[in-house]
Amino acid sequence: MNMLSGFAISQADGRPMYRQVMEQIKQRIAIGDWQPEQKIPSIREFAVALRVSVITIKRAYMELERDGVIVTMQGKGCFVAADPNLGTRLHGQELDEHLVEAARLAVLAGLELEDLLDLLREAYERIPRSPT
Amino acid sequence: MTDLAFSLRGVTKHYPHFDLRDLELDLIRGQVLGFIGPNGAGKSTTLRIMMGLVHHDEGRVEVLGHPIPAEQIQAKKRVGFAGEDLRLYSHATLAWHMAFVRRIFPSWDDAYARELVKRFDLRADQKVKGLSHGQRVKAALLLVLARRPELLLLDEPTTGLDPVARREVLGELTAVLADEERTILFSSHNTRDVEQLSDRIAFLDRGRLIEFDDKESFLDRWRRIRLQRSSGDEPLDVPGLLDVEGGGRLVTAITDRWGGSLRRDLTRAGTTVQTVEPLTLEEIFVARLATHREEAVA
Repeated sequence: MNMLSGFAISQADGRPMYRQVMEQIKQRIAIGDWQPEQKIPSIREFAVALRVSVITIKRAYMELERDGVIVTMQGKGCFVAADPNLGTRLHGQELDEHLVEAARLAVLAGLELEDLLDLLREAYERIPRSPT
Repeated sequence: MTDLAFSLRGVTKHYPHFDLRDLELDLIRGQVLGFIGPNGAGKSTTLRIMMGLVHHDEGRVEVLGHPIPAEQIQAKKRVGFAGEDLRLYSHATLAWHMAFVRRIFPSWDDAYARELVKRFDLRADQKVKGLSHGQRVKAALLLVLARRPELLLLDEPTTGLDPVARREVLGELTAVLADEERTILFSSHNTRDVEQLSDRIAFLDRGRLIEFDDKESFLDRWRRIRLQRSSGDEPLDVPGLLDVEGGGRLVTAITDRWGGSLRRDLTRAGTTVQTVEPLTLEEIFVARLATHREEAVA
């Protein structure tokens, strides 16, 4: 299967393009489409497939490498990192970012912690879950 | 052999009503430079100087290692230029044009040319006079691309194209870059195209280069900040803030030097940063032009 099919940059998304690319790569790794230690497309292949500039993908790869999500081996190319707990770690990181954002908005709106917790509980209950 | 696809050093060109002044511009092979500026900024003049179609008054120009205009003939064999006047003969067909260009340029790739006819949704047996504007633009681009030039100089390649044609053209331009040695300089006032395709960005206004940077570092520097002030009595005076709006305790400002030191300056000035948002290239373009013109007046 083509590793790059399904990647897309949204013009309506306010975030920088390299962030969109990072997020989509993390998703693929989190759900296991991209396996640990698997070779991933070169920066240039990626850029051509997504029709974005080389520097955008380079930036996304650099940040992912800094976060320990991917590794670059000189002369061999780029790979998904070997860490087996990657999926959970990525989710944890993303969840943390959203929680901080929610807390910030709550403070802006003058909500107490208790109010925020109530809202979170409600939101949690609204998410459909498959029976286990 | 140099790693630069081209370089312009201190290039100046005087016209009765317009001056291009002290232009410093270069590009590493394999990169894409998006050249942005309002109408009349000097973008086309710059491209024409690089092609030897217009001679500069001062400065040095090199294209693929050839000094211009002295060695323009050697350079032109390896450069593909698509200007605003498309130079197509209205009574001839696209196939005639393809045969014509093939005779002149040994690098012509006929299989690729035929592939492009299909991908651009054109018909080789159609006469140019029967083509729409979008089809003419694509035809002209096809004639340049099929030569597989090392350097593409494209003046407004997406202007006047419908969304489908624009997508086809942008797709072909990125495909060019699969080959690491090939370089593109394209001018546009469509900031969205530039934001998507470019590795580097140059802003030109009124014959002056006002910004020239990596796209990512460039976008990183610019932010819209919403601030809350402890008191709204005096005007907010922090260096690095452009376009400050809102007179009370809530202020929105744009900055071109976002980072830790600005954050510290803002705290010192008694403000709390509420939100920090990235800007699109279009927003930056508008803000940057406004400050450049204020500086020019001052």
